[in-house]
This record gives sequence, C-alpha cells and structure tokens, in this order.
Amino acid sequence: MAAPAPILRMSGIGKQFPGVKALDGVDFRLLPGEVHALMGENGAGKSTLIKVLTGVYDIDAGEIELEGRRVVFHSPLAAQQAGISTVYQEVNLCTNLSVAENIFIGREPRRFGRIQWQKMRRRAAEILARLELDLDVSAPLSSYSLAIQQMVAIARAVDIDAKVLILDEPTSSLDAGEVAQLFRVMRRLKEEGIAILFVSHFLDQVYEISDRMTILRNGKLVGEYLTSELSQVELVGKMIGRELADLEKLEGRPPAREAAPLVEAVELGRSGAIEPFTLTIHEGEVVGLAGLLGSGRTEVARLLFGADHAGTGTLQIGGEQVSLRTPRAAVSRKLAFCSENRRAEGLVPDLTVRENLILALQAARGWTRPIPRRKQDELVDKYIAALNIRPANPDQLIRNLSGGNQQKVLLARWLILEPRLLILDEPTRGIDVGAKAEIQRLVAELSDGGMAVLFISAELEEVLRLSHKVGVLRDRKLVAQIDNDERLTTDSLTETIASGARS
Amino acid sequence: MTSITGLPGLHRTVPQKYIPVLVTAGLFVAMFVAGGIRYENFATGQIILNVFIDNAFLLVVAVGMTFVILTGGIDLSVGSVVALSTMIAASLLKDGWPALGVIVLVLVIGAVLGLGMGAIIHYFEIQPFIVTLAGMFLARGLCYTISTDSIPIENETFTAIAQTRIGLGGDLSVSPSALIAVVVVLIAAFVLHYTRLGRNVYATGGSEQSALLMGLSVARTKISVYTISGFCSALGGLLFAFYSLSGYGLGAVGMELDAIAAVVIGGTLLTGGSGYLLGTVLGVLVLGLIQTIISFEGTLSSWWTKIFIGVLLFAFILLQRLFLGGSRR
Repeated sequence: MAAPAPILRMSGIGKQFPGVKALDGVDFRLLPGEVHALMGENGAGKSTLIKVLTGVYDIDAGEIELEGRRVVFHSPLAAQQAGISTVYQEVNLCTNLSVAENIFIGREPRRFGRIQWQKMRRRAAEILARLELDLDVSAPLSSYSLAIQQMVAIARAVDIDAKVLILDEPTSSLDAGEVAQLFRVMRRLKEEGIAILFVSHFLDQVYEISDRMTILRNGKLVGEYLTSELSQVELVGKMIGRELADLEKLEGRPPAREAAPLVEAVELGRSGAIEPFTLTIHEGEVVGLAGLLGSGRTEVARLLFGADHAGTGTLQIGGEQVSLRTPRAAVSRKLAFCSENRRAEGLVPDLTVRENLILALQAARGWTRPIPRRKQDELVDKYIAALNIRPANPDQLIRNLSGGNQQKVLLARWLILEPRLLILDEPTRGIDVGAKAEIQRLVAELSDGGMAVLFISAELEEVLRLSHKVGVLRDRKLVAQIDNDERLTTDSLTETIASGARS
Repeated sequence: MTSITGLPGLHRTVPQKYIPVLVTAGLFVAMFVAGGIRYENFATGQIILNVFIDNAFLLVVAVGMTFVILTGGIDLSVGSVVALSTMIAASLLKDGWPALGVIVLVLVIGAVLGLGMGAIIHYFEIQPFIVTLAGMFLARGLCYTISTDSIPIENETFTAIAQTRIGLGGDLSVSPSALIAVVVVLIAAFVLHYTRLGRNVYATGGSEQSALLMGLSVARTKISVYTISGFCSALGGLLFAFYSLSGYGLGAVGMELDAIAAVVIGGTLLTGGSGYLLGTVLGVLVLGLIQTIISFEGTLSSWWTKIFIGVLLFAFILLQRLFLGGSRR
C-alpha cells in the first residue's frame, strides 16, 4: 500500500530566538489519518515547532505546505481557518459559557444576525455524539471535569473542518479512564482522516496511540520513525542523545585525588535537628548523603551552610576555625547551597533568568555596588552555555522554564560565586531524565575541577554514581561514612541505612 | 425561549447562574411588600413606575455599565459624561440649535468618548480603571469650560418630553424617558443574548486569553463595550436633561458609582463573564425603591439611602463569593 501524500509538510524550518536557535532545519510531515507523536526533551523545540505551525511565531527559515500549497500563517486564527486546530495543555475555553457556545462561539448559526440557539444546541449535541459524548450542551462548561472540557475543546477544533489537529500535552491532567476516553476520540477522528499531532511526556501513551513519531533534540531533527519499529529504549536514547553516553562514562570514575581537607566539622550538632557529627570534605571530593526522608540530610547541609546555628562542635573551613552565623557568612567563605525546594526557597519565578542568576553574586557584593551590565551579560551568557540552559534567553521569566532548566539556573546562580563547597540538596528531583544526566555530569566536572560537593539525594543510584564517599544518616544521626569503591552497592547501602535503624 | 433573559421560573431546578438575579428579585419583592405593609398608598403600580421615571437615566447608564463589567472592565467616566451631555445639550439649546440636532450630536460625542477610551484601554493595554478615571476628569473639566453655572433648558421639545405622561390604563402613567429606558434595556438584552457581539462580551469576560485563542475579536469587543457605555451615558445625560430641564457641570456626581452598585446588586460579577441585564434592572429598581421608602418614612435624611446601598453592596459581594466563588474553581 503506498503511503498517502502528506497533508502537511514542513521543511527546513528554522526559528531563531535571541541567543539561541530554537529550531534548526527541522523537517516534519503529517499524513492524513495518522497519529503522529512529536517527541523530545523539555526545550528540544517541540513547543516552538507547534507555535510556528499554528502561526503564533513567524518562521525565520523553511516553508510550510498544507495540502501541497505553500502557506504562511501570521496568527492562530489564520492557521485555524486553514484547517489546523490546536488544543493546548491548559484548556483554552470560556468556562462561564455553555458547552454548546464553547463549541460554536465565533461561528454561531445565525439568521438575520440573531443567534439560533436551538439550532446551535442541536448541532453541538450532534458533534459531541460523533465523539461519543453525551453532555447537557446548555450547561455551563465549568460544571464538567477537565477531561470533558478537553473533549469539548477537541469538538470545537474538529468542527472547524479541521484537517490537522494538534494536541499539546492533552493527557497531563487526566486520569487513566479519561485518557482512555480521549484515545477513543482520537482513534475515531483518525478514522475520519484527520491528521493528529500528539505531544506527550508519557511514553506508554505515545506507544499506545501513535503510528509514527518525529524526534527532536536541541532544536534539530533526529529522525522520523514508525512507532512499531522503535523500542522505548531506543527512543529515549535518541531523545537524550549524547548525554546518555556521558552518563555511562561516569560509572567507575577515578577516586578523588588526595587533597587538603576543605571543610572539617567536629562534633557539630544542633539539638532537635541533628546529633553531633564529624565530617570531613576534601577539595575535589563529592560526598554523598544518603538516608531516608527526614533522617537529617538537609539538617546537615543547613548547619554547614550556617542556615541554622550549631549548638555544639566546631567547624573549620580551609584549616581556619569559623563560626557561621548566617548564610551570608557562609557565602563569603565560598560555600554555596542549592536548596531542595527550588520554588519556595531558591528561585524568584517572576524575575528573568539573568536576574535570578545574578542574585547571589549581587547579594555577596552588597546592594550598594551593582554589577555592571556588561559583566552581568558576560557571566549570564557563560553559564547559560556551560549548563546548557534552554531556552538560552537571559530575559526569559524563570516560571516559563521547565523544571530541569530552573534547577540549572539555580545551580548557575551559585556557580557564579565560584564556591569551594557546593551543597546540592535533591538537585535532580522532579526533572526529566536528560536534565538529570546533565546535572550529574556537571557535578562530576566540577569536582574534577577541584570543587568539593556535598550531594544529597533520595536516589541511591545517583549518590553512588557520583560520590567518592557516602555518609549515611538515620534518625537525625550520621551513622556511617563509607568510601565508595566496588564493594559499595545500592543493596549494601540500603542495608546500612536499615541496619543503622537497628543499632 | 420567550423571555429575554431566560426567566428562572421556566426551569424546574434553578441553575446556579440565576441565583444572584433571583436573590435581587426576592429582595425587591420583600422591600415592596414591607413598604406596602408599613405605609399607606405604597403598594401601588404607580410607585414602581415612579421608580422607573425617577431613575430612567440611571437605568440607561447602568445598561452601558453592564456591558463593560461583563467584559471584566469598569467605566468610571459615565457620571461625568452624563453631566457633560446635559451641559452640551443645555448650552446648544440656549444658542438656538434644533432639539433633534442636539440629541444626535450629544449621542455621537458620548459614543466617540467611549470609543476613544476603549481604544486606549485595548491597544495600550492600560487598566480600564485608570483610563476611565482620566476620562472622568476630562469630561468633568469640559463641563466647566462650557459654564460653571447651571444652564436652564427652555427648548419646547425638551420641555414637552419632560412634561408628557403616557397613560398605561387605569391611573398608571409613565414618562417618555422611562419608556426610552425600557426600550434600551430590551435592545441591550437582545444584543447580549442573541448576537455575536453579546456572546463575545461574555466570552471576553470569562477569559480574555481563551477568547483570543478561540479566534474571537477581543479588540472589537472591548472597544465596543466602552463605546456602548459612552453612548448610554450620553443618552442617560439626555434623559437627565429631560428630567431636570437644565444642564449643570456639578450634576450626576457619583452616578458612576450608583451604576456600578446597581450592576453588582443585580448579580453581575465584577470579574466579568457572568450576569444578566434583568439583574441590572432589578438592581436599579432596588436602589430606587430604597429612596422611595426613605422619602415615605419622612424622618430619615436622604443620606440613609447611601448607607443602605453600602450595606447591600457588602451583602451582595459576599453573596457572590459564597455562591459563585465555589463553582468557579
């Protein structure tokens, strides 16, 4: 059977944002009657490609052909009129209006300018019936669940004589039953010959519904594959690319050089938070802290950073006895602390990437000595590049970044200070696998460069992969310090965490 | 669908969206009944008609305000535009302009003022509060450039309209102004419920972002509602001129707030997207009835009107939170 002619063909699409190529020579095609998944990590260019296609952004290079004719869309409305409808992750409907109105608003059936409500309701019910939905079309949309609202959005989209339907992360807020219902609707539309572009982070869903997939990485096309011919492992490999290999390389890294102790805590403790512990961190050493949630991992970090006052013991940094009363004092001693709760304690969501990056450095200098703009730009550009922060736009608001990229900004903020000890509390929680690998690689690089790192993570594999030495915490007590050699495995580490509980 | 706003009585179970209007209607009936029990000669049809006659201008202004508030905006300029309209009408009539010419000109000026404010609000993305506040000062200031004193209107057409009473059978009668106000309400209700412009007003108020992504013309809708409000203010000004037979730069001070109060008491959400013109009519009637009751009471100063309006506003805003706050989440 010969493949039908593509209904949509995008070729050589390029889109430049200040400082970054969001899309670079991307080809993409959609065949009628297929579900085509667009895959890639956060920041790979999926959203940009969709926005280019739907006329939200203009393209800098390349061309779009719809049904063999070259088209240029300057607005979402123009794309919609040409038959390309989009349903976004957040349902963009008016919940104060009725279901029927949400399907028809802007195209209401009218006679002499008067809206024919009866006809509108009847037709709305017909369209919903086509999608196997039975709703009270005169009820306000707000009385239905998010999943139903999404279906109504799809109903609206397909009624506009859609040839191409774009579903951008439609399943992210749906439960399993609702997803099944959505997929039923998608299959139905597929049978009617509509080409569906589907974006989702859930690989299982992609494999369930899609016929074909296009993979993007860093704004470039990796390739187009039939879903049936690409295994999940291969897919992840292609999405992550180079970084996966890097991750492998991290295994079996050489032990830290014998170096001078950087931080020496002797019987440091705080009643109610952590029992006195003795811990030495050498330059260029990664010390992992393992333990259950609430075992005192974060408390150790906070004491070392001066965020909490130590009740007992002494702390030496670089051989010098210090008493850290505030984080500011710690910062001036070249300590840095990436907190685990990046949203609440670290980042300021309404400031830009640049402002968030500069924050700690500016605080260290004092507010009376602003950092010259040129110096700011230099630093910001350097760290955006070094940490591969995407989008690489310093003026982007932090809240518009993905979790992984937010984490990288937070890291970069502290790296600008060029700390000698970097404390990372759960730096990889809640971020996608690619960003995780990048952060792990970064930690390894930093320690190779002589920076000491205190790495706190609930994922034992991660702790084991990165650390030279692992401190095990249990019930607010440092129960063991183990050198990370071949004999240490996640199993033995788990055992230590558990057996500590028995002693 | 015989009723314009979908009378709740037609439904067996009352949808939540009608509750605020029903509460206002209940309040109106309760006030009317209480007044009828307490005062002689109160519970007559003419009392209600008098409320219409005395508040025709406010009703028209509140209709315009309803459009604006439904989109989630606000128009503070209406009181000043009413005053400006009376001043322009009075001064031009004094100069011997024909009544029809004056009426048309005043309406055009009002609409153009609204159009200008709407365009500024939309294209420069400035808060409606600030833009219409500026419009309020501008219009009020323009009044004084015409005259600082009250200008009497002696034009025959105007005095004729002011003095005419149209009998409705029995001993009931209304003024032409009240009829005009009712016609305005009917037209506005049709526009809101049976035209695309009206539905776009609701959509824009529900979510401007969504409305834009659904391909609706948010620009045209927003500019239209301020134009409508400007037009209604000018028409309200003309009705006010019929009512007072004079133009005065200090007239209608604070009317924008009365209009907003009427709209809110009528159950329209200040955040936009929800409300009915019937509610606004009831809101104006409630405000008018408070005045009537206080004048019947005789011993209370007219400032008690403000106190009651204040209390009612608090009550209704709380009611909106309780009833609609939950369902919108």
